[in-house]
Amino acid sequence: MTLHMPPILTYALRRLVQAIPVVILIMIGTFLLLKLAPGDTVDALVGDMGGADAAFIARLRAEYGLDQPIWVQLWRYMVKLASFDFGWSFVYEQPVATVLMDRVGTTLMLMAASLSIAFTAGIVLGAIAARRAYSATDNLISILGLVFYATPSFFLSLMLMLVFSVKLGWLPVGGIKTIAAFYTGWDHVWDVVRHLIMPTTALSLIYLAFYLRLMRASVMEVADLDYVRTARAKGAREGRLMTHHIMRNALLPVVTLLGLQFSTVLGGSIVVETIFTLPGLGQLAYQSVVQRDMNTLMGIIFLCAIIVVVVNFLTDLLYARLDSRIELA
Amino acid sequence: MTKTPPPVLDLCKLEISLPKGADRRYALEGLDLTINAGEIVCLVGESGSGKSLCAGAIMGLLPEPHVRVTGGAIRFMGEELRGKSDAEMRKLRGADISMIFQEPMTALNPQKTVGWQIDEVLRLHTKMTKAERKARALEMLERVHIPEPASAYNAYPHQISGGQRQRVMIAMSLVLSPKLIIADEPTTALDVTTQLQILKLIRELQEEEGAGVLFITHDFGVVAEIADKVAVLCRGELVESGTTDAVLNRPQHPYTRALIGAVPALTPPPVTAASDAPVVLKGTGLKKTFAARGGLLSGKRKAVTAVKDLTFELRQGETLGVVGESGSGKTTVSRIVTRLLECDHGSVELDGTDLLAATPKELRALRQHIQMVFQDPMASLNPRKRVVDLIAQGPIVHGADPKKAREDAKRLLELVELSPAAANRFPHEFSGGQRQRIGIARALAMEPKVIVADEPVSALDVSVQAQVLKLLADLRDRLKLSLLFVTHDLRVAAQLCDRIIVMQKGEIVEHGLTAEVFANPQHPYTQNLLSSIPGRDWTPPSLRTDAA
Repeated sequence: MTLHMPPILTYALRRLVQAIPVVILIMIGTFLLLKLAPGDTVDALVGDMGGADAAFIARLRAEYGLDQPIWVQLWRYMVKLASFDFGWSFVYEQPVATVLMDRVGTTLMLMAASLSIAFTAGIVLGAIAARRAYSATDNLISILGLVFYATPSFFLSLMLMLVFSVKLGWLPVGGIKTIAAFYTGWDHVWDVVRHLIMPTTALSLIYLAFYLRLMRASVMEVADLDYVRTARAKGAREGRLMTHHIMRNALLPVVTLLGLQFSTVLGGSIVVETIFTLPGLGQLAYQSVVQRDMNTLMGIIFLCAIIVVVVNFLTDLLYARLDSRIELA
Repeated sequence: MTKTPPPVLDLCKLEISLPKGADRRYALEGLDLTINAGEIVCLVGESGSGKSLCAGAIMGLLPEPHVRVTGGAIRFMGEELRGKSDAEMRKLRGADISMIFQEPMTALNPQKTVGWQIDEVLRLHTKMTKAERKARALEMLERVHIPEPASAYNAYPHQISGGQRQRVMIAMSLVLSPKLIIADEPTTALDVTTQLQILKLIRELQEEEGAGVLFITHDFGVVAEIADKVAVLCRGELVESGTTDAVLNRPQHPYTRALIGAVPALTPPPVTAASDAPVVLKGTGLKKTFAARGGLLSGKRKAVTAVKDLTFELRQGETLGVVGESGSGKTTVSRIVTRLLECDHGSVELDGTDLLAATPKELRALRQHIQMVFQDPMASLNPRKRVVDLIAQGPIVHGADPKKAREDAKRLLELVELSPAAANRFPHEFSGGQRQRIGIARALAMEPKVIVADEPVSALDVSVQAQVLKLLADLRDRLKLSLLFVTHDLRVAAQLCDRIIVMQKGEIVEHGLTAEVFANPQHPYTQNLLSSIPGRDWTPPSLRTDAA
């Protein structure tokens, strides 16, 4: 490339181009996966109607292009996807894209909140535990981590609901906002936050435990390295060692894990959204499976895949920013 | 009060305790040492002698509370350092007392630029402005002779060479003109030519600054090169000290005499007329290129040629040394001839059969005849296997009766001068030298014709190194073995090798009988290598009677 661009831009561009084949493969994979499952949209429609004759079913299939060979269907699907046309949802009587757009915000909000809490608290607690290794503080943090790690999110969700909604009545039991309250401005924001506190806690604690444990090990390892000793020999105080020499190097494996785990967090949100009746992608996915809403389901899977690809891309950029040894050119 | 200034450093009966369960109670026991301004004092000892802990004690950086100073005095410029608060010590560290470490790659933070790391010292200890600090850092980089200081200032440690990294480390240590510099094996990780440059640099800057230097090393060659005074440590005790000339040439204590006796002299073995022995290993036109990692789209993959067009012959009962600096391709050669690394081009004939063209099945049979001894005896022995199984594993894989193979293994332990009782122990229960003996026994178990040894004594202390070299020479003569001996240490090469090939950037620049190459090197590179050997002008006194 003769164009003169900052290395980080070239790097980002290259990473983006590399993502294209991944996205195409995801499209094909999603499509084939759902085709392999028994039954199609027409079966579901006819089932809802309470049955129909063979000629009507055949006409429906022809109308939706389901009588075409599978690769023709695939091609049509991909062409439509390329223009962000996800098809029609027969359950919601709306274009799938509209349904998804309604829901994606909630899920992203839940995930962003959960992950940032898990990441921040995880690295802070992990670093504290490492710097006071084998002390009472470390033991307390490590035991806490173990408890978080061992508690399934569905169980935690139900317990939180029981304590904070049913017994104490402090927090709403489900949903994303108070129905028919029509809050505006900051009242609305506060309302949404109150609705998100429990789901976020339920979803984040297990990841918090992951980051905590990894960060503790990572900080302890880095703290023993030669260049930390060098910094000490230069006369730096312990706090400075931590902020200037240990943290950034210790963060690298945690950032890698953050990127890798994003997809599992997305999976975890299905459970949490369903329990807390949050109108997000997870709950939608669950309902679409139950109602055989194929187009919506495909849309969700594709959208989630795109989100994961984008997040991994961002993680790579962050990693390149953090680790000067990565050659960007 | 007298007018003479106090010594820069005065250690008086310094005592450092080790935690319970260590192999001895004290890491250092009653060490007396004085360093005056403008003096370089070498603290010499083998691994575990307590020399690095001595440095830690002066800096106040011991891994307390497990290891701590329990007695004696540490006086810096006449002032007692023991009992100083952490804040007071921090003020001294980096400013008045600074340290140069062994491994410049790991001693510098990989995520910070060179400039930032030098700047940090100034930021911690001075009130200079940003511009002043930068100017000072650049001036220091200039003083340690780094080409293009301005670009080095912005470089990350991984972007500059090992020698330059050590120069940066030195610049960082000297930026505030400390009165005491502690250098802990500062050249051990460097190539011989770089080592000499760094030693000269330390000397030069130290003379300019008039600082006192505590120079920790295990290498008597380096001592001969740089020291004014020498102190020899043996298991935490000071056994001998004095001027460099006295200690190196007229050592008194048996331990010092043994250590100096073990330093390989730079006199190659006499020319043997065994050149009519059959050729057992022959490499022809070997070539290996490593494709560097590159992007999918950038298209530019820089290839690194590790070995280009290498040809050599190894005769029965002979030792062929492969010498060169890091990056010269000598390890690649050892991997190619054992086919642990696939080569791009060329052939390796083992007794007339091409090893590189062999099918996997043929290769398995051929492997029996060519065995390897690796550099790091700890890393190359599976820690979860008993010694007897480690040694017998090869023959068993090749179809030997397990029971018999284990019996043979015990016999081999005797051959490498280890007790057969060692058979049921694990590698970590042995010392470095003993582990290398196990490594050699493991190679011998296959009854090979050729042994390829890649830096087999580099990780060992000099006295142990001498023993292992002697063992290798003995075994070679008794078992009619041929050795392909890869080393960076020309002293070791002089000791053991009949013929040597000198490699530079993947090519042989010179080859011939060791005695002839050493006496009359033809290629400028060889000449440079030989003239860079530390202490080349010092011939260790003949102390054979004690050296046993």
